[in-house]
Amino acid sequence: MNLTVKVWRQKDAKSSGKMVSYQVNDVSPDMSFLEMIDVLNEKIIKQGDEPIAFDHDCREGICGMCSMYINGRAHGPKTGITTCQLHMRSFNDGDTITVEPWRASAFPVVKDLVVDRSGFDRIIQAGGFVSVNTGGGIPDANTIPIPKPAADEAFDAATCIGCGACVAACKNASAMLFVSAKVSQLALLPQGKVEADTRVQNMVWQMNEEGFGSCTNTGACSIECPKEIGQEHIARLNREYIKASLG
Amino acid sequence: MKLESKIPEGPLAEKWTKHKFDLKLVNPANKRKYEVIVVGTGLAGASAAATLAELGYKVKAFCFQDSPRRAHSIAAQGGINAAKNYQNDGDSVYRLFYDTVKGGDYRAREANVHRLAEVSVNIIDQCVAQGVPFARDYAGYLDNRSFGGAQVSRTFYARGQTGQQLLLGAYSALSRQIGLGNVKMYPRTEMLDLVTIDGEAKGIISRDLITGEIESHAAHAVLLCTGGYGNVFYLSTNAQGSNATAAWRAHKKGAFFANPCFTQIHPTCIPVSGDHQSKLTLMSESLRNDGRVWVPKKQGDSRKPQDIPEEERDYFLERKYPSFGNLVPRDVASRNAKEQCDAGKGVGQSGLAVYLDFADAIKRLGEDQVRAKYGNLFDMYAQITGENPYQSPMRIYPAVHYTMGGLWVDYNLQTTVPGCFALGEANFSDHGANRLGASALMQGLADGYFVIPYTLGNYLANIGPQKLDVNHAAFKEAEKAVKERINKLISINGTKTVTEYHRELGKIMWDYCGMARNEEGLKKAKGLIKELRADFWKNVKVSGTNEELNQSLEKANRVADFLELGELMVDDALNRNESCGGHFREESQTAENEAKRDDDNYAYVAAWQYKGDEVAEELHKEELNYEYVKLTQRSYK
Repeated sequence: MNLTVKVWRQKDAKSSGKMVSYQVNDVSPDMSFLEMIDVLNEKIIKQGDEPIAFDHDCREGICGMCSMYINGRAHGPKTGITTCQLHMRSFNDGDTITVEPWRASAFPVVKDLVVDRSGFDRIIQAGGFVSVNTGGGIPDANTIPIPKPAADEAFDAATCIGCGACVAACKNASAMLFVSAKVSQLALLPQGKVEADTRVQNMVWQMNEEGFGSCTNTGACSIECPKEIGQEHIARLNREYIKASLG
Repeated sequence: MKLESKIPEGPLAEKWTKHKFDLKLVNPANKRKYEVIVVGTGLAGASAAATLAELGYKVKAFCFQDSPRRAHSIAAQGGINAAKNYQNDGDSVYRLFYDTVKGGDYRAREANVHRLAEVSVNIIDQCVAQGVPFARDYAGYLDNRSFGGAQVSRTFYARGQTGQQLLLGAYSALSRQIGLGNVKMYPRTEMLDLVTIDGEAKGIISRDLITGEIESHAAHAVLLCTGGYGNVFYLSTNAQGSNATAAWRAHKKGAFFANPCFTQIHPTCIPVSGDHQSKLTLMSESLRNDGRVWVPKKQGDSRKPQDIPEEERDYFLERKYPSFGNLVPRDVASRNAKEQCDAGKGVGQSGLAVYLDFADAIKRLGEDQVRAKYGNLFDMYAQITGENPYQSPMRIYPAVHYTMGGLWVDYNLQTTVPGCFALGEANFSDHGANRLGASALMQGLADGYFVIPYTLGNYLANIGPQKLDVNHAAFKEAEKAVKERINKLISINGTKTVTEYHRELGKIMWDYCGMARNEEGLKKAKGLIKELRADFWKNVKVSGTNEELNQSLEKANRVADFLELGELMVDDALNRNESCGGHFREESQTAENEAKRDDDNYAYVAAWQYKGDEVAEELHKEELNYEYVKLTQRSYK
């Protein structure tokens, strides 16, 4: 199939950007979306221009690096997948496709479709861990049985890949789903309970420092989350936060 | 130079304990006087950086991704082995050791593998303490599954995302240390050279991938935790950015490269769909617990799989290997799939695929239970192929997945350059000629959490907290060389893109140095790679400048190194005129076409020394001595 692809081009963080149109022909339905961009980039390089910069790495939906806003939706038209898992069979011959970077002031554009998501790392650094050193004295793993439902729910939260689609999809650019996934995972497990209060307070404080917006419970984040992390985790985050604040 | 493996004396089971006691210690107050560089933040790198920082060392960690959480360890699906024997099915440290040495086709060091098996149990405890949500049974205890090459269930897992959960555990430990100021993290920063002073590693040269700034970093030791080199093949299950540059530059600064031809071709990957293909996706080995591998008995049978009656199917792994069946090790499963396809029995449009069928499992367990076990893998398959694996069998074909070869290290994980260590997939040490499933995660974390914290201390205690000088001439020279190379890449301005060269190299490697190798093909490949490399440096087209985010330049730098490493892989494959594990020389097979080892002539580690550009590398041999495991022809029948 033949497609028109309109892509956000921005030289660097300081420059202003604009949408640029490209024609991509002979696209196979078996190509992934990123492979279609690869083909386009090869063409651009051969023409002597600069290829489109975009983040990507594992190309199997788990590293969380790819981050395209396609036709007005984070990771494109399908739910439950990342951009790299989107295949061209989801589009039709003659389509015009718009591709933008994540748009959030807490995720400044670095170049073209590449944004700076280091705010997420700083939130984890503020408290998204269990403070256990490596070493001896750690009890045998089976010492603490964990009820399967709690373990499963913690796992559901822990599948967050930190891609930032939740922020990109939210009209307020809120990071509540991301933060809640980690808070919820660790609050559900006995290992995480010891530091539950300080964790949630520190992570929420850092989230605000980074300039993410507030949560108004529209639920767009969960719909666009490639790992389908649910709203119940935001509810748990709120509960944990209130609990911690009341001391 | 003589290779000293530094394997401790004494009985196998006591070597590590005794060695830990013999190693020198750095006292707690002095640790902060030492700086350590960790390159790569996968399982090995993140666990090492976190643990060393907890001990009090000053750590700088580097990764090329935008966050340390994205290293490719994250993509490991199936699980992590540990000799916990929670299932009471006869597992033990010794059995895990034995299985790993046998699975590696007797080309790994006994002492290293035993240590790995010993610390495997600590890894699970550590990860659970961090909050890693492993799969549990209804009583709340940890669950296990079985993996290839073992007859016990010792694999711990977190659905099909075990690598992700373990990496996020290590990342959280690393993040804690970054937050505490004990680790300085450099994301989007790539190591482009190792700096040595008087033959010892004293730092690295890095490039900031956003600004292009070339920077020197000095340290008392450098840890390379940079993964494998599977992307030499262009198509592999590795991430797009996975590369060999750090390891290769260290090699050119004196670190020997061991067993480069030992590459693992994973049997269960989604087949190639066309020229646009940029990577291959693995379907976890755990699927072989319940999936049955088959091809039609008749050549060129184009019927739909559902229309082929039971008696006209050949479940070739179950037929040939009744005791291990579909769970034979990866090298055996891959070669057999190739054999069937070469005989014209392959399925799908290309004929380069075999079926992996879950119909029996669905009948036995019900679709819900199959979904609970493998749901995300089935979804992934459906997403990529547009087919529903609950209704028709998956089509799978082998793909490059892991590299057992890597930088040569001694028992302390130190390369032949003092002060330069290699951990995880970047070293060669534990998997011999074939890695068993669920052992990569185990090794990465063993090296980072439980080995390097001890062995590095010994090195540092010996050299003392000497003053570091980033203005030393060695740094200036290395910076200059890095800049010159970048300028050269940009100034060639030829007609062929980096990707075109990479794809051509990959085809040469796959055709002649892939699942089956022979002397004639390897010699041809060597010539072709030399030609391709010469052409690359004359005609490559790299767009943009150094002083910006330039992915075309990043790739050019990496592919230029692959073009050198590829030739060494071919040299090594040529030298090793035996079949073992993932290395199958057609000249060396049994009457039943199984790999035939030649222990009399090749029971050694081949460690290659760089001697200069376009000069043949020098082979050094480390003899492998087996005191405990009896060398036999590996049989899974």
